Amino acid sequence: MKLTTLAAALSATALTLPAVAEDMTIVSWGGAYQTSQQKAYTEPYTEMNPDFNAIWDESSGEAVAKLRAMDEAGNVTWDLVDVEGPDAVRLCDEGLAIEVDVDEVLAAGDDGSAPTDDFGPSLISDCFIPQIVFSTTFGYRTDVEAWGDSKPEELCAVFDLETFPGKRALQRSPKKNLEWALLCDGVAQDDLYDVLDEDGGVERALAKLDTIKDEVVWWSAGAETPQLLADGEVVIGSTYNGRLFSVIEEQHQPVAMLWDYQVFDFDGWVIPAGLTEEREAAVMEFVKYATDTQRLADQAKYISYGPARASSQPLVGKHAELGIEMAPHMPTNPENAQRFLVNNLDWWADNQDDAEAKFQAWLAQ
Amino acid sequence: MSDTTTDDSPQNGPVLAADGTPLRRSLARALRRQKLRALMLIAPLLIFIMVTFILPVADMLYRSVENGIVSETLPRTVVALADWDAGGDTPPDEAVFAALAADIQIAAEEKTHTKLGSRLNYENPGMSSLFRKSGRQVQRWDLNTDGPFKEKFLDIDDDWGDIDVWRTIQTYSPAMTSGYYLAAVDMQLGADGPEMRPENERIYLKLFGRTLMMSLAITLSCIALGYPVAWLLANLPMRTSNLLMILVLLPFWTSLLVRTSAWKILLQQQGVINDILVWIGLVSDDARLVMINNQLGTIIAMTHILLPFMILPMYSVMQSINPSYLRAAKSLGATDWTAFWRVYFPQTVPGIGAGSILVFILAIGYYITPALVGGTTGTFISNRIAFHISTSLNWGLAAALGGILLAVVLVFYWAYDKFVGIDNVKLG
Repeated sequence: MKLTTLAAALSATALTLPAVAEDMTIVSWGGAYQTSQQKAYTEPYTEMNPDFNAIWDESSGEAVAKLRAMDEAGNVTWDLVDVEGPDAVRLCDEGLAIEVDVDEVLAAGDDGSAPTDDFGPSLISDCFIPQIVFSTTFGYRTDVEAWGDSKPEELCAVFDLETFPGKRALQRSPKKNLEWALLCDGVAQDDLYDVLDEDGGVERALAKLDTIKDEVVWWSAGAETPQLLADGEVVIGSTYNGRLFSVIEEQHQPVAMLWDYQVFDFDGWVIPAGLTEEREAAVMEFVKYATDTQRLADQAKYISYGPARASSQPLVGKHAELGIEMAPHMPTNPENAQRFLVNNLDWWADNQDDAEAKFQAWLAQ
Repeated sequence: MSDTTTDDSPQNGPVLAADGTPLRRSLARALRRQKLRALMLIAPLLIFIMVTFILPVADMLYRSVENGIVSETLPRTVVALADWDAGGDTPPDEAVFAALAADIQIAAEEKTHTKLGSRLNYENPGMSSLFRKSGRQVQRWDLNTDGPFKEKFLDIDDDWGDIDVWRTIQTYSPAMTSGYYLAAVDMQLGADGPEMRPENERIYLKLFGRTLMMSLAITLSCIALGYPVAWLLANLPMRTSNLLMILVLLPFWTSLLVRTSAWKILLQQQGVINDILVWIGLVSDDARLVMINNQLGTIIAMTHILLPFMILPMYSVMQSINPSYLRAAKSLGATDWTAFWRVYFPQTVPGIGAGSILVFILAIGYYITPALVGGTTGTFISNRIAFHISTSLNWGLAAALGGILLAVVLVFYWAYDKFVGIDNVKLG
C-alpha cells in the first residue's frame, strides 16, 4: 500500500519535473532598481506561471567580465542579464550575447506600433533589449550661503567657481565629463564628437576640467554623490537621476535637480550566448512579457527611471509608496529634457581606452 | 643509483644490507617509498592548490603575452601582409585586401571580427568600429565576382587606406606579443621598436611607484602603532589583555566596506573630526582639513584595516620572550632604554618581519579601500588592474600589470631574505 503510494508520488514528480524546473537566473543591480524589476516584472509573471522561479544575482556591475569568464569556461549559468548600453555593445562585440530581432521577439506596443519604432533610439545594439532610460545629471544643495540668491540653472554653473563656490562631485571616468567640459568651453552640441576626434580635442576638454580640478571629489559608485550632498561635503554633484530622486523625495534633503544637459543612458537586457535552446526559449518568453508596454510603465511606479518604450510614457502613474506623480521626475519628461545629451557609443567604443589613459594620467598629475 | 662509487668504505667494497643489496641502495629505496607516502598524504592539498591557485595564476600570466587572435581571425591576411613594407608610405596592394575580404567574411560568420576589433583597438583607437562596420558589409559580398576589393574597403571606411591600421595589424600578427608588458610600463611598439608613450598618457610607472611608496608608509605606520599594542597585549594581566585582544580582533568581524565608509564619515571636511576641531577652535570653519580623498586618507584607512595583521605576529613573538632577560639586563646595570633596545627589541624582530611582510604584500594588492578613499592621488596600481579586468576587458594588459606586481613582490621577498633572512620570520 505504502509502496504503491510512494511509487505513484514518485512517478508524479517525475512527470511534473520538467515543468517545475523553470528556474531562471536573472542578473541585475540589486537595491531599489532590482526591487522595481521584481515588482513590475517577475511577481506578476510568477502569478501567471506558478512554475516560474526567478533566481536573482546582483552582479550586473561585473557582468561583462563574468560573462567572458563563463564563456571561456564553457558554462554559462546566467539566463538574462541587465546591463547598461555600452556594456551591451561590448558584450555583443565579444560575441558573449546573442543578437535579438526585436520585431520578432518583443511584443508590439499597446498603441499597435512595431517594437522597432516603439523603442526607437534606445535600440543601440543588435543584442540589446531596452528597459529604461536613465540619466546622469546634477543635484545641488539649496542652502549654500556663499551663493547668495543665485542658484544653478544651467550646466556651466558646475564650472563657474566664482558664482557657485564649493566642492563638486564628478564621476571618475572621462565619459560624460569630457562632453560637459567641451559644452562649457563653447563647443556646440552637434560638434562635440568632431572636436573630441581632433588632435588635442580630449586635451581641450581636460584643460577645461583643470579649471575646477582642485574643487572636485571624484566618485566611482553612484551612491557616493547622494552621501556627499547630504553631508554638505559637496555643493553640487553628478549622479544617476534615480539616486537624486531618493535624496530629494524620500530623504527630504535640501537638494534640487539641475536637469540641464543631462546625459541619457539606456539600461536593458541581454541574453548570454551559449544557452540551451530550451532555456533560451523560456528567456525569450519572459522578456517578451517583461518589456511590454504595461510592464515598462509599471516599473516607473517604483523608481524614477523612464520607460524605454514611447507607448509606455502616457501610462506612467504615481509612485507606489510615496503617492507622488512620477511623470515630472522622469528624465524623459519634456520639462526636464529641454537640453540633453546622448553618448555617442561608437565614438566611445573606439576611444574609451585612449581617453581613459589620458584622463587617468591627467588625474594623477 | 650512484652506488658504483663506494666512498664510504673504499677498502671492503659497498656495505651490504641483510638481504645482500648494497645498503645505500636499499636505504634510498626505503626513503623513496617514504617520500612517496608523504607525497600521497599531501596530494589532495597539492592538487587543490595546483588547480585553484597555481594553474589560474599561470593561465592569467600567459594572457599577458598571448596574442593568437590576429593570426587566427585573419590567417590569409597575415600571410599576405608579411611581405608588405611597414616602413613605406603606401597601403598594401589588392592581394592583401582580397585576403582580408575572405578572412572577414568567415570571421563575421563566426562573429569574431568584432572581437578582433576590440583587441586591436587597444593598440590603435578606431579599429573597433572599423571592424564592426566592415563585417556587416563584407558579409554581403561575393568573393569571386565582387573584386577588386581595395576600392570597396576604402568605400566602407577611409581608414583602410591608413598606413597605421595596417602597421598595427602587421605588428600584432605574431602569436606572442610584448605589447602588453610594454603598455604596462608606459611604452608602445612603434614603427621602429619600443618607444615611450606620449607624456600625457603615461600612468602605470607612476602608479607602481606610488603603490610601493604608500604600501611602505602603511607598513611603517602599522609597525609604529602596532608595536606598543602588541607589547601591552603580551605583558598585561590575562583578563585585561583578553579584552584588549577582542578590541584588536573586532575590526576583523566588521565588513570592510563599513570600516572604510566609517573613515569617510570621520575624516571628510564636514566630518566628525573636522567638526570637533572647528568647535574647539583649532581650525577655522573655512579652512577645514582635507584628510580624505587623498594619500593621507588611504594611509589612515588602510593602516586601520591592516593593523591586526601586524599586531598578531608581533604579539605571539613577544609572548614567547622570557621576561627574565630584561630583568637580567637591568640587574647588570642597563638603563630602561638600553635593556629594551639591546635585549628586548632584537628578539621581537622576527615578529616585526612577519607582520611587515604580511601587511606590505596585502597592501600592495589592495583596491577597494584606495578606490573609495583615495581620490586622485591615493589610488593604487590594483585599481587599474581591476578596471582592465572588469570594465575595459583588456585582460592582457591586466595580466601584464599583475605579472609585474608579482615580480616586484618576489624581488622584495628575495631582498628581505637576503638582508634579514626569511628564517627569521616567526608567526608565533
